[in-house]
Amino acid sequence: MDKNILEVNNLHVSFKTRNGEVPAVRGVNFSLKKGETLAIVGESGSGKSVTAKSIMQLLPKQNTIIPEGEVLYEGKDLLKFSKKEIQNVRGSDISMVFQDPMTSLNPTMKIGKQITEGLSRHMKLTKKQARERAKEMLELVGIPNAEARLDAYPHQFSGGMRQRVVIAIALACNPKVLIADEPTTALDVTIQAQILRLMRGLQEKTDTAIILITHDLGVVANMADRVAVMYAGEVVEQGTLDEIFYRPQHPYTLGLLRSMPNLDAPRTEPLIPIPGSPPDPASLGTGCPFAARCPYTMKVCHDHNPGYTAVSGTQAVRCWLQDERTPEDHIPEVIRKGRQTSEIAADQAAIDAAGGVPV
Amino acid sequence: MTQELKEHHDANAGQKDLLVVNNLKKHFRLDRKTVLKAVDGISFSIKEGETLGLVGESGCGKSTVGRTLTRIYEPTDGELEFDGLKIKGRLDRKTKKRINRDVQMIFQDPYSSLNPRMTVSEIISEGLVIHNPDMSPKEREKRVHELLQLVGLNKNHAGRYPHEFSGGQRQRIGIARALAVEPKFIVADEPIAALDVSIQAQIVNLLKELQEDRGLTYLFIAHDLSMVKYISDRIAVMYLGKIVELAGSDELYEKPLHPYTQALLSAIPLPDPEKERTREQIVLTGDVPSPTDIPSGCRFRTRCPFAMDSCAVIDPEFREVEPGHSVACHLYDAEIMEKEGKELKTV
Ligand SMILES: Nc1ncnc2c1ncn2[C@@H]1O[C@H](COP(=O)(O)OP(=O)(O)OP(=O)(O)O)[C@@H](O)[C@H]1O
Ligand SMILES: Nc1ncnc2c1ncn2[C@@H]1O[C@H](COP(=O)(O)OP(=O)(O)OP(=O)(O)O)[C@@H](O)[C@H]1O
Ligand code: SF4
Ligand code: SF4
Ligand SMILES: [Mg+2]
Ligand SMILES: [Mg+2]
Repeated sequence: MDKNILEVNNLHVSFKTRNGEVPAVRGVNFSLKKGETLAIVGESGSGKSVTAKSIMQLLPKQNTIIPEGEVLYEGKDLLKFSKKEIQNVRGSDISMVFQDPMTSLNPTMKIGKQITEGLSRHMKLTKKQARERAKEMLELVGIPNAEARLDAYPHQFSGGMRQRVVIAIALACNPKVLIADEPTTALDVTIQAQILRLMRGLQEKTDTAIILITHDLGVVANMADRVAVMYAGEVVEQGTLDEIFYRPQHPYTLGLLRSMPNLDAPRTEPLIPIPGSPPDPASLGTGCPFAARCPYTMKVCHDHNPGYTAVSGTQAVRCWLQDERTPEDHIPEVIRKGRQTSEIAADQAAIDAAGGVPV
Repeated sequence: MTQELKEHHDANAGQKDLLVVNNLKKHFRLDRKTVLKAVDGISFSIKEGETLGLVGESGCGKSTVGRTLTRIYEPTDGELEFDGLKIKGRLDRKTKKRINRDVQMIFQDPYSSLNPRMTVSEIISEGLVIHNPDMSPKEREKRVHELLQLVGLNKNHAGRYPHEFSGGQRQRIGIARALAVEPKFIVADEPIAALDVSIQAQIVNLLKELQEDRGLTYLFIAHDLSMVKYISDRIAVMYLGKIVELAGSDELYEKPLHPYTQALLSAIPLPDPEKERTREQIVLTGDVPSPTDIPSGCRFRTRCPFAMDSCAVIDPEFREVEPGHSVACHLYDAEIMEKEGKELKTV
C-alpha cells in the first residue's frame, strides 16, 4: 500500500473569544494518499475551513489555540514549522484554493505577475521561463488567448475565469497536495462542471492529492474517492465514496442523504429533514454533539461522546449504535444492513488483496 | 387540509390564471451608451395554487423578474394581469397598495433581509400596521404569535432580535413576515440557497405545507435544480434575460428540448456515485455573455454545440411545440431546418 502523503492526527483547534475559549475542531483524524481525493463535507460551522487552514498555518495567530494534534506532511509535523519553513511549503508542496476567487487574487496586479510570483520564488525560474510557464498554465486551465491575458487584471475576467486563474496559480508549482475549500460554490453549475473536469484532468496528469471541502453531495459523488463527514468539529464518519453514500452508518450522514430530493422520486413524498439546527460550539456538552437532533438517541448519548468504531478497513464511525451493548432492535434497519454489507465487502477486498482464498 | 378542500384546490389549480405576464422587459441604463437588458421580453402565466420554478445561471435576470413582479422595479415594457386586474405602465395608489399586499417576497439571504435593530415581532407586524391599520395592538400580537407557530417557531421568540437566530430560523421569520398580510402570491427568491442541506428540507416542506393549507401561488427562483424540480409544478428556464424553455417539471427533466436546458441538467452533479460514474455530461465551453452586449440572433449561440448559420441572424421564437411545452430554438422549427438543409428535431 502507498504511504500517506498527509496525515492529520487528533487535531484540536480553539479560538479565544469574549465568551472564553470556543472549540472549533475537536479531535479530527484523516489521511491522504498520492493522487487521491478526500472530500470533507458537513454543515456550516462544522470546522471544515478551520481544519484546512490549520494544515497550512493560515489561522490568525493572536486568537488561535492548537492544544493538541499533529499534521504530518511526508512525515514532518507542519504545525511545528517556523514561519519561513511553512512559507516554503505553501504554494510549492501544498496549495490552497478558496471559495471566493476575488479574495485570493490581488485586484491591482496583472494576472501574469500573480502566477509568476510563486514560480520565481519556489522553482527558481528566470523571468522569461516563468512567464512562459504562466502562459502554459493559463492554457492548461482553458483560458483562450493566454499570452495576451497575462497582462489583464482580475476584474477583466468573469467569475469562472478568475477561479480558473486561481487554480492555475495553485497548480503552477506542481504541488503534491491541493486543498480546495468550496472551489465551485460561488459558480454556476455549467461553470462548476468545467472547473471540476479541469481539476480531475490535472490530477490525472500530476497525481496531486486533493482535499475537497464542499457541502454539495453531488460534487462529492462526482469527485471523491473517500469522504469525511464533519459535525460540530468532529469527523463523525469516514469511508470510501460508496460506503458513505450507500452504506452510511452515522445517523447524521443518513439524515443528510435523506433530506436531499431524489430526482427520480415522485414529488408528492415529503422530504425528510433533520430536525433542529446544529449546536452552538460554545455550549457543547460532554455527550454526542448530534444527540439533540438524532432520532436514535439513547441515554448514554447525552453524557458520553462515542469513540471511533471501525466498520470495515476503510469505514469508521463515531456513534453508540455501533457499541455491542446497544440492543440489536434499537439499531435501525438501514444501518444494520449497511454494516453487514460493509463487513462483507471489506472481507472480500481483503481476500482479493491476498490474491484469492487459499485452497 | 381536508379532502374536500384539496379537491377544490386541485380543481382550481387547473383553472384560473392568477398571474399573466406578457412581453415583460426590464432594462437598466448604465450610462449614455450602455443599456443592460436584464429581462428582455418574457411571457408566462401562473395558475392559482400553482408553483412555477424559475431557473438559470447567475445574472440571467431571475431576481429582476421577481422584483418587477413585486414592483420593487418598474417594468420597462410589457403587460401584467394579476388576479383579473390589468396592469400597464405606472400604478395608481390604490392598485399599488393592493399589489403590495397581495404579492410578497421571500429573500435569499436571511441575514441581510431582516432589520437587525427590530425585534422579530416588529419585523413580522410591519406589514400589518400598514395594511390592517384597524387592528388593535393586542390583535396584532396575537396574530404574530399565530404566525410564529405556523412557521415552526414560538411566541417566546417574538421579543428577540434576528442575530439570536440560526439561518434556518431567520428564513422562517422571513416567511412569517411575508405571510402576515395574507398574500395570494409569493415570490421566493432563492429562499434556501444560503441554508445548510439539512435545513433546506425543513423550509421546503414548510413552504409546501403552507401552500396546501392556504392555496398560495409561488414563483420559486433558484439555481439548485433538484430542489426546484421537487417543489415546482412547472419550470421556466432563463438565459440572458429570456425564457428559453418552459414545461411541466417532470417533462422538463425527462425531455429537455433546448440545448441550454440539456447542458444545465447534465451539469448538475447528482448525489449518487453510481450515476456520476456512468452518465454523460455535456460540458459547455465559454462564459455567459454580458447582458449589455447580447449576441445577435439566438442569445445562446456563442455556447451552443448545435449553432447553425440561421442562429446568428434570427432570434428563435418562443413557441409551444407540444401541449404545455414551449421552447425557443430553431432545431424545432421546420421552416428554418429546411432552409439549413438539416433534419428537424422531433419532439
Ligand atoms: N478566526 C476565528 N475566530 C473565532 N472563531 C472562528 C474563527 N474562524 C472560525 N471560527 C469558528 O469556528 C467554527 C468552524 O468554522 P469553519 O469556518 O471551519 O466552518 P465551516 O465548516 O468551514 O463552515 P462553512 O460551511 O460555513 O464554511 C465556527 O463556529 C466559526 O464561527
Ligand atoms: N438595479 C440594477 N441596476 C443595474 N443593473 C442591475 C440591477 N439589478 C440587476 N442588474 C443586472 O441585471 C442582470 C440580472 O440580474 P439578476 O439579479 O436579475 O440576476 P439573477 O438571475 O437573479 O442572478 P443570481 O442567480 O446571481 O441572483 C445582472 O447583469 C445584474 O447585474
Ligand atoms: S451517539 Fe447516539 S445521539 Fe449520537 S449519533 Fe449515535 S445514536 Fe445518535
Ligand atoms: S437556436 Fe441555434 S444557437 Fe440557439 S439553441 Fe437552438 S440551435 Fe442553439
Ligand atoms: Mg468554510
Ligand atoms: Mg438573484
